[in-house]
Amino acid sequence: MRLEYFDMIDRVVTLDRDAKRIEAQSTVPMQSPVFEGHFPGHPLVPGVLLTETMAQASGYLVLGLTGFTHMPFLMAIDRARFRSFVGPGTLLTITAHLAHEGSGYAGTKANIVAEGKTLCDAELRFRTMPFPEGMDELMRAQARRMGLLSEAA
Amino acid sequence: MTSSTFETVAGIISDTADIPREQITPESHAIDDLGIDSLAFLDIAFAIDKAFGIKLPLEQWTQEVNEGKVPAEEYFVLKNLVSRIDALVAAKTA
Repeated sequence: MRLEYFDMIDRVVTLDRDAKRIEAQSTVPMQSPVFEGHFPGHPLVPGVLLTETMAQASGYLVLGLTGFTHMPFLMAIDRARFRSFVGPGTLLTITAHLAHEGSGYAGTKANIVAEGKTLCDAELRFRTMPFPEGMDELMRAQARRMGLLSEAA
Repeated sequence: MTSSTFETVAGIISDTADIPREQITPESHAIDDLGIDSLAFLDIAFAIDKAFGIKLPLEQWTQEVNEGKVPAEEYFVLKNLVSRIDALVAAKTA
């Protein structure tokens, strides 16, 4: 997990196509420029970056289920709740499932758990659009790196 | 067009796009008259999908309008949108 690069997902643990559910893991870095400001001497992962983490897991879920035909772009965040502080070194388990499959958009419910405790949850929606030029291969490379796609895919 | 469907849709549009309910009539064009943009329309579609248990075929409609096969009014004037919702609901329960 590299907060300053919006590189939020370390690896995909499972993509369950039948349950339309993804589970991923990330470890919060011990150091990051983000922590210099949020907050000096009291490092905490900002809620917006936890939201981004849930959004990225949801995005890879949509990509995986649709076979990388369209790019999901975050369009709405509902019912976001941040239930506990998240500090450096925390191992995060991020889960998202497809709650609504619309035409041209998709809705997910996602949460992040650490040591059995729910840290945050939200309902997210994504507009699904044709890939901008070159983004298709970029997303596939990311997916291979985190184990969502095999090296050959 | 059933009036109960229209009332539900008008309520959704009013809540979602923050438009006074009295401005929304069966003759209203969602884009031209009510100023609903494409992102807001997706929000409305999400609420309609959930409320009626259907899936508005937005991608198909958009393609048909963009290709000039169907005038936008067929989908975006509310009385027409409501008729299509009624048809989708009827097809689901048939």
